[in-house]
Amino acid sequence: MGFIVSILFSFFAVIVVVAVPWIGVGALDLRFLFGIVVPYAAMAIFFIGVVIRVIDWARSPVPFRIPTTAGQEWSFPWIKHNRIDNPKSTWGVILRMFFEVVTFRSLFRNTRLEYRRVEGAPKVDYEWEKWLWLAALVFHYSFFIIFLRHFRFFMEPIPYFVQILDKIDGFLELGILPFINGLGVPTVYQTDLLLMLALTYLFVRRLYIHQVRYVSLPADYFPLFLILALGTTGILMRYFIRVDITAVKTLAVGLFKFHPKTPEGIGVIFYIHLFCISTLIAYFPFSKLMHFAGIFLSPTRNLSNNSRFKRHINPWNYPVKVHTYEEYEEEFRELMVEAGLPVEKQPETTADTEEEKE
Amino acid sequence: MADVPKPEELAQIDHRPPVFKPWMDSPPEFKEGIYCYGAKGKNLAAVGMPNARDWNPTDEDWKLPDNWENIVKEGMDERLDRFRSFKLFMDICVRCGACADKCHFFIGSGDPKNMPVLRAELIRSVYRRYHTLGGKIFGKLAGARDLTEQVLKEWWYYLYQCTECRRCSLFCPYGIDTAEITIIGRELTNLLGLNTDWIQAPVANCYRTGNHLGIQPHAYKDMIEFFVDEIEEVTGVRVNPSFNRKGAEILFITPSGDVFADPGTYTAMGYLMLFHYLESMGLDITWSTYASEGGNFGYFTSHEMAKRLNAKMYAEAKRLGVKWILGGECGHMWRVINQYMDTFNGPADFLEEPVSPITGTKFENAKSTKMVHITEFTADLIKHDKLKLDPSRNDNLVVTFHDSCNPARGMGLFEEPRYIIKNVCNNFYEMPPETIREQTFCCGSGAGLNAGENMELRMRGGLPRANAVKYVHEKYGVNMMACICAIDRAVFPTLMEYWVPDVDITGIHELVANALILEGEKERTTNLRGEPLPGMEEEEDV
Repeated sequence: MGFIVSILFSFFAVIVVVAVPWIGVGALDLRFLFGIVVPYAAMAIFFIGVVIRVIDWARSPVPFRIPTTAGQEWSFPWIKHNRIDNPKSTWGVILRMFFEVVTFRSLFRNTRLEYRRVEGAPKVDYEWEKWLWLAALVFHYSFFIIFLRHFRFFMEPIPYFVQILDKIDGFLELGILPFINGLGVPTVYQTDLLLMLALTYLFVRRLYIHQVRYVSLPADYFPLFLILALGTTGILMRYFIRVDITAVKTLAVGLFKFHPKTPEGIGVIFYIHLFCISTLIAYFPFSKLMHFAGIFLSPTRNLSNNSRFKRHINPWNYPVKVHTYEEYEEEFRELMVEAGLPVEKQPETTADTEEEKE
Repeated sequence: MADVPKPEELAQIDHRPPVFKPWMDSPPEFKEGIYCYGAKGKNLAAVGMPNARDWNPTDEDWKLPDNWENIVKEGMDERLDRFRSFKLFMDICVRCGACADKCHFFIGSGDPKNMPVLRAELIRSVYRRYHTLGGKIFGKLAGARDLTEQVLKEWWYYLYQCTECRRCSLFCPYGIDTAEITIIGRELTNLLGLNTDWIQAPVANCYRTGNHLGIQPHAYKDMIEFFVDEIEEVTGVRVNPSFNRKGAEILFITPSGDVFADPGTYTAMGYLMLFHYLESMGLDITWSTYASEGGNFGYFTSHEMAKRLNAKMYAEAKRLGVKWILGGECGHMWRVINQYMDTFNGPADFLEEPVSPITGTKFENAKSTKMVHITEFTADLIKHDKLKLDPSRNDNLVVTFHDSCNPARGMGLFEEPRYIIKNVCNNFYEMPPETIREQTFCCGSGAGLNAGENMELRMRGGLPRANAVKYVHEKYGVNMMACICAIDRAVFPTLMEYWVPDVDITGIHELVANALILEGEKERTTNLRGEPLPGMEEEEDV
């Protein structure tokens, strides 16, 4: 799949995702379908799908302890053991997983190959490269905060932590444009900007870095474009094409409390936003986005390096054919005796000779 | 041996994959110097591997069984059910590319299919086609493709261009381990009799004679006795190793490469001298001709073959009635011992928890497997001041240390070897941090790729390591690289010769033995290699 085709395919797929509710609600007024049925179906697919995927992974056993050891093993008291990168106990594993999940520790190690030739001789260097780590971190955290902020739509009264979050996220009091601020346009959330920035970077690097472009699939561009569409519709709604927030909240709280309603007067932009998120979460179980659950099951990260002092059982261990010592000695006995190597059974010829001697 | 291009030619590497030609539309091109010869029928048959016949990778016809697609698909199903790692690693890669430029083969070759992510995608694409909804419906659009003979050949070509060093797994945000994918991918090729002969012949040898090189018991003893003579010549002391001796306290197992070829032989002499030194202090140790291999080329074939070959260690320990096992300097051997042996062939309940007979130290980290690494053993001796050492005997050496991939990323043995080196040598310099410890670079010839016919691949794969050696060679005058792996010792001299002449290779215990002051030794004028010791150059001339 060439990268142009991949990008176009993913791009048009997202156009379809945008167009469907636009037509569905804008022209056909299928508010019940797009406001209630689709979100519930998406949530159901998400939860059931994720559970099925995780169970499916978990059904396959982990026969061997294969942690990637990234620090000194536990050996002697006088040698400093690296508890996090080469854990010997569950606590170490918990710490390792915590840093992996919360700070993307492995990705933080990233370097960039710098290959040159100096007078014909190769020179290999490894340069500082934290941009991928930074963009990944910014993207995931922004998304997470934005998700939490959305609870002000789902819940009445608005939980205290959401109010706080809202304040913090807007603390820079940025205007969307210097001259628009103060004219009824709300202050900008930093996370909105950061999310779009990080997404753009992740897309640009996918195109710009030769190796990454070469391995990228439509499945890599599609979620990026979809989340960009999600963010764009969200930003449009907040800053440019305002919708009736009270009505939106009625719908959202209804969904949340399982008393769904589809109030009048919500702009179609909202339904596009809602359809984007529905598509995204329904897409989860079928895609690479499952990495969010997979990381917890990764055997190179979630196992302690204790297999030399704690026995582990392979549930499907089966007996194998081995070449026993007896078979070995049977073949080489005479040579062994001649070489003065001890044997279990004296060769018959030798036994005979000894008898003759007696 | 294939002609290897000159270093200047080989250094012309372009790391930018083609812009418009997608990888799926680029069939593999079998280049001489990159791949190893196909496994011979007799070596496959010797251990009961399927589809035993002679075959040649560059032939159109690989003489596959008629139902080979089914064999591979069923083999894949079975392994997805058996290994969570495999299933998970097929599913969760996001192709972020963090691994891409971490692989020594990609760095040295620029071949995009040597990027770990793409090596895995070669298999993932087939997995998607038969196991995912997207792949079944959208095919190529979902990154899926049919299993065809060409795909199988591509798998083979690239699965045997991976040394299972796990460097990529260190950088992967989800811990996806290409070694695991390669191991399982190679298992699939082995269902069709598609091993390389460089792996299959040692497997067949090891099964029958106890070691990869096919050394028979009497010859093994002969070789060690040759070392005994050599040691006597250098030190005036005659050491007295024992073989297959019942009732010994400890069984010693080391890779057979060290009894066979320089410079590993000097490391083997080092073991012999250390054991002799400790004999009067209570060391009671035996070598074995049956378990005369520490390494395990079965591990480069399949989990099952790894288990079959590994079984000899415990079987021999049980037969001889020893208390525990001491293991020599070897790379993948130690990954197998640390992460697999107990699970494969344990419980070793007929052995005792290892205790050093000299220092009384309990090796608690080896409580279950009952096998101790010799650098742990020796580091403990030095810490307890049990060895009389004269590090100045190694003063002609400026030493650096190469962390072998498996003890590094499959165990975490970093400090013990360094501690020993610092006590037996006065000049030690580390290579740059991105190339040592957990980030260490492979020798480029591990996992059964240390053949002659793939020399170009080896020189390419070894480039990042050689580049780091060159750096310390130029900066500090490093002239000796120490390592704890027999494959390293076998392949690095060629690699150094190619990229960084003037740097030689040694095992840790060769350095130990040179510094070790033996009871009753004569005035030592040369090291184990017969080279004059520092300050003794003139005496040599006399």
